[in-house]
Amino acid sequence: MKIHIKNGQVIDPKNNINAKQDIFIAAGKIVGMGNKPADFTANQTIDATGLIVSPGFVDLSSRLREPGSEYSATLVTELHAAAAGGVTSLACTPDTQPVLDEPGLVEMLKYRAKQINLAHVYPLGALTRQLNGKLLTEMCKLTEAGCVGFSQADSAITDTQVLWRACEYAATFGYTLFLRAEDEYLAKNGVAHDGEIASRLGLKGIPAAAEGLAIASILRIAQETNTKIHLCRLSSAEGVALVRDAKKQGIQVTADVSAQHLHLTDFDIGYFNTHANLKPPLRSQRDKEALCAGLKDGTIDAVCSDHTPVNDDAKLLPFAEAEAGASGLELLLPLALKWASHHKLSVMDALSKITHQPAAILGIAGGNLSIGSDADIALFDPEQIWTVTPSQLSSQGKNTPFLGLEMLGKVHYTLLHGQITYQASH
Amino acid sequence: MYNPQLDADGNLKHLLTIEGLPKRILNQILDTAETFVGVAERDIKKVPLLRGKTVCNIFFENSTRTRTTFEIAAKRLSADVLNLNVGTSSQSKGETILDTVDNLIAMHADMFVVRHSQSGAAHFIAQHVPDNISVINAGDGRHAHPTQGLLDVFTIRRYKPDMHNLRVALVGDVLHSRVARSEIHALTTLGVPEVRVIAPKTLLPTGIEKMGVQVFHDLRAGLKDVDVIMMLRLQNERMSGAMLPSAQEYFKTFGLTQEKLKLAKPDAIVMHPGPMNRGVEIDSSVADGSQSVILPQVTYGIAVRMAVMAILGGGNA
Repeated sequence: MKIHIKNGQVIDPKNNINAKQDIFIAAGKIVGMGNKPADFTANQTIDATGLIVSPGFVDLSSRLREPGSEYSATLVTELHAAAAGGVTSLACTPDTQPVLDEPGLVEMLKYRAKQINLAHVYPLGALTRQLNGKLLTEMCKLTEAGCVGFSQADSAITDTQVLWRACEYAATFGYTLFLRAEDEYLAKNGVAHDGEIASRLGLKGIPAAAEGLAIASILRIAQETNTKIHLCRLSSAEGVALVRDAKKQGIQVTADVSAQHLHLTDFDIGYFNTHANLKPPLRSQRDKEALCAGLKDGTIDAVCSDHTPVNDDAKLLPFAEAEAGASGLELLLPLALKWASHHKLSVMDALSKITHQPAAILGIAGGNLSIGSDADIALFDPEQIWTVTPSQLSSQGKNTPFLGLEMLGKVHYTLLHGQITYQASH
Repeated sequence: MYNPQLDADGNLKHLLTIEGLPKRILNQILDTAETFVGVAERDIKKVPLLRGKTVCNIFFENSTRTRTTFEIAAKRLSADVLNLNVGTSSQSKGETILDTVDNLIAMHADMFVVRHSQSGAAHFIAQHVPDNISVINAGDGRHAHPTQGLLDVFTIRRYKPDMHNLRVALVGDVLHSRVARSEIHALTTLGVPEVRVIAPKTLLPTGIEKMGVQVFHDLRAGLKDVDVIMMLRLQNERMSGAMLPSAQEYFKTFGLTQEKLKLAKPDAIVMHPGPMNRGVEIDSSVADGSQSVILPQVTYGIAVRMAVMAILGGGNA
């Protein structure tokens, strides 16, 4: 299959390309950019007039719900959602049932994803067995099976001795730990940012210091053990400040923020809107601004979707009983673009946060367009306005705090390995 | 701004929280309650305002006192009353809140009185009932207990009619108290110029001062020259642990005694939403003393709940 993408505006932040260029694809690879290779005859031509041609997006945190929570979503539905959102590579969290703590489970997941063939799936293995925070998993075997890093998902390691050992062991092999920093005790039973809004609504709060405390201990241990740490989903101004300082000191740390947290605050909980029940919680305006600024100055390296499909029943409950999380794969692009436009940044700036930067954190090849690389490509109209409705979303999870709101930027085509995996209906 | 408690004409549709309700509505409820105070003193303690209507008390969290006063209030308005202690029935069989509510809607109830241990449960139910059903929040988690807040200000108004010239102190566990939140909103909405909260830091929520109150950590300083003292209940399970070291120490530092009461104005009134922990938050001699209005609170509670039901039921007395 040979595809010719013509008349598109190619933007590839990694190679600093922003030009009107045609792209030529053969046998799943990019074989030409700009100039047509000799004796290239396209089987299919995609007219990308008015569209931006970008590397397929790379997401650092998706929950695919399989195995164990198929009532909320399945691999098939969520990989369709990835394709619809222009996401061609994604890291999935180990908090499935059973937990991704055995090589066989990882192999099964990789195999299933390959069969479905709508996105590259990169599992994050469990750092401890059953995510229990006590016993290390077989990290080498899990890596052989396909894990690209290790994570505790939303469970903390409260025992600092274990965390220290986990860091040392991972550092032995050069593995990256993906940790969401939250002090388990300060966060206990909390469902919202500890502030004026939670106090008024009578919701148990999680102080921003819960993030700060955990980051401080993780970074200190990372520094001592020389471990690569990726901090997942920062939520607070103090978290951003700690990461900024750590980077200045040369600690090997990277960080991401969820697309939701760039735009929402605890005020958006409104009258107990369970779609705004997220982990970490939405925090104050000041925190939101610090996250946006941290993303701009490079303290935060990437934006993730924090995709968490939740079935309707689990959201139709009082706020604190509802399951946390938002469906996000299909909103990653428009929310990243919205951040860039609010801060007078370019489309290229937005794309770098969802292409090569997360790819570098995962240590994978995707996230750029160059001759010889896999043809994982997203084509989108940056000016198209669309409204987030349940029927618009391919994900089985219709849960998002952005329901009913307008988004700017819509994916028209997604290509994986040179195959069209998504095409918008007009 | 959209307010789920009001209909398009600005009339009360549900009573979920005092927060955000205009003063006009609070006064309408209090004035209506005045007309019901006399009903209890008649030989026939009934008015026909809700005749033919069905009021359903759905208590996901156990309560005797509140449920009983709602029941009496509904019966005095001639409504049929259905009591459901869900805490002990369907929920334990795994039925969701909405399933329970849907079943009651199918039985053609007209009004739901709801208590639940989770903040926001009443809002949640109100969002899912059809237009012709009103929801009254009888307490949701730590969030709100609006009829308690209303009966408290009703009681204050009866003893201290000039609300614009009052100093009110709330003492105790504000952090876990839906009553405190509703009282604060009711008092500030009605124009009480000075509302104080007095508690150790462990029992105050973050940012409480943003709700328009002054914070005191010393009971003596906080009680100085106040007109009204509203004591809050301290739950047994919070008396010793990480919040407080012991009930004895709490009584020593934040318990209301005759001696401390003397710091308030000589004609100050003492209130408590009940049930009281004598010797923990309040000394018996104060609870039963001449300045206590704790039992009148209960009596007025019925009139206030009748007023809320009458207004929601359309029979604006």
